Amino acid sequence: MTEILPHVNDEVLPAEYELKQPEPDHCPGPESEMAGKSDACGGCANKDICESLPKGPDPDIPLITDNMSGIEHKILVLSGKGGVGKSTFAAMLSWALSADEDLQVGAMDLDICGPSLPHMLGCVNETIHESNSGWTPVYVADNLATMSIQYMLPEDDSAIIWRGSKKNLLIKKFLKDVDWNKLDYLVIDTPPGTSDEHISINKYMKESGIDGALVVTTPQEVALLDVRKEIDFCKKAGITILGLVENMSGFVCPNCKGESQIFKATTGGGKALCEELGIRFLGSVPLDPRIGKSCDMGESFLDNYPDSPASSAVLNVVEALRDAVGDL
Amino acid sequence: MEEQGIGVPAASLERIKHIILILSGKGGVGKSSVTTQTALTLCSMGFKVGVLDIDLTGPSLPRMFGLENKSIYQGPKGWQPVKVETNSAGSLSVISLGFLLGDRGNSVIWRGPKKTSMIKQFISDVAWGELDYLLIDTPPGTSDEHISIAEELRYSKPDGGIVVTTPQSVATADVRKEINFCRKVDLKILGIIENMSGFICPHCAECTNIFSSGGGKKLSEQFSVPYLGNIPIDPKFVEMIENQASSEKTLVEMYKESSLCPIFQEIMKKLREQDIKTRTMEKHD
Repeated sequence: MTEILPHVNDEVLPAEYELKQPEPDHCPGPESEMAGKSDACGGCANKDICESLPKGPDPDIPLITDNMSGIEHKILVLSGKGGVGKSTFAAMLSWALSADEDLQVGAMDLDICGPSLPHMLGCVNETIHESNSGWTPVYVADNLATMSIQYMLPEDDSAIIWRGSKKNLLIKKFLKDVDWNKLDYLVIDTPPGTSDEHISINKYMKESGIDGALVVTTPQEVALLDVRKEIDFCKKAGITILGLVENMSGFVCPNCKGESQIFKATTGGGKALCEELGIRFLGSVPLDPRIGKSCDMGESFLDNYPDSPASSAVLNVVEALRDAVGDL
Repeated sequence: MEEQGIGVPAASLERIKHIILILSGKGGVGKSSVTTQTALTLCSMGFKVGVLDIDLTGPSLPRMFGLENKSIYQGPKGWQPVKVETNSAGSLSVISLGFLLGDRGNSVIWRGPKKTSMIKQFISDVAWGELDYLLIDTPPGTSDEHISIAEELRYSKPDGGIVVTTPQSVATADVRKEINFCRKVDLKILGIIENMSGFICPHCAECTNIFSSGGGKKLSEQFSVPYLGNIPIDPKFVEMIENQASSEKTLVEMYKESSLCPIFQEIMKKLREQDIKTRTMEKHD
């Protein structure tokens, strides 16, 4: 059931394992050093599986740290919820930073099953080249490099039917084998949820150091509910939260200029959540149909409509973010 | 690969007539909101409906059905799904990981294997009883949850999947991947629904296509699968969900008055016209 990619074939992937029952209460974790040996393992049906998994510190981590050493700031774009605008924001952040010719910017797409970043940056049909120094990222501009699984797909529509363990390996390759060279910023776009991709990026980059996370939300409580979980994850994983941005807040009708709250903030929206959890609120970006259109065409909304209220809102957030990582 | 009985359908699903999955490669397109509305519509038509939420790291259904803080209990025949008060001929019950979490803000930081075993339990251990429809709401993507549910249901003959998309091409690009996933695992696609298809300004009644339009229809033509309809953005639906606790009426009754209800009735009609055989033996009918 797996798709074979030109660069990532089955041979280099670790054996997948499937547990026979959920981990018990005091499980040390199937990948930990104590796997299969702790007190809780005694009566566990998974004991043999866990015991046979490779142990010890991950030999790839020093290699990742080395490859990441030329990157000044690393920012994760996160949200527990899907479709709130993580990729849109990651793309706009990349465009905005690279507008400064003195900055070298990288954008990395960790969403393996639903990569959107290449669409938004207008480089969906590009492919990756391999050289002595590793995989060469796709350059959208002289100072904007990107990496995504999209560049490796045999066809645009190919489904990536991968379990987590396989996704982890590709993420590792992105960090270890991509020739990022020197970057001032690496913007990392993530999939929704709090699972393999999130656990892995944090684990693999622990020593390289992540500056922090930008959390994206929409105003309605159903979205905030998942975003709370993501914030809880960041706290547990020790990831600094640089701030939260509320996307799709309010819509101005192009016909009558009347404003509507499409995703109504019945519980106070992103701002109230920030106050409750003690997080910096970076601002809200209104819903503008032209943002979606620019993304569909792979163009920079900020360049196309520099005078729109949404553009200035985005630029304010970018400014606040640079300030939060100590760049300004 | 399959340890539990090769070729045998799951016993816990024995008395369920139809199983429908709600899928989308993309997040935030409205899978849970389509699942909720499908359940409410079927329930108001008098059917017994069960809803299974396999979005483990971002479960939305407890909030959608106004069931936050409810818990699942272990009964003699297995886990008891949480009942929704309906005040109609039909019935509605829900299973979600959200019911097993202590605090609503707690994150579920699970890697694949743990998610897989949870889904296995959701399929084998829930005492659904007799149902006309079991709707399965999925997370975005084509990964652990999707592979696991496809494997678990392999011999249980689900009807198929409803694919939800929003109109813009960034979304349909991910949805195409999901359709290819369905084809790979032999899951029939019952049809495509285009959600967030236009917004009618409450001030001037002008319709703006915030996320453009027509993407769903195009997708259905390209892949030759039925097009079930498009649903506009209605802020009142979100409001209804958020304010349901303060209403005297049940959610099923409130939804009947929603402007979206006739659209969903039409979609259900199209679905039922496909005349999919019930999974159960005749004697159960």
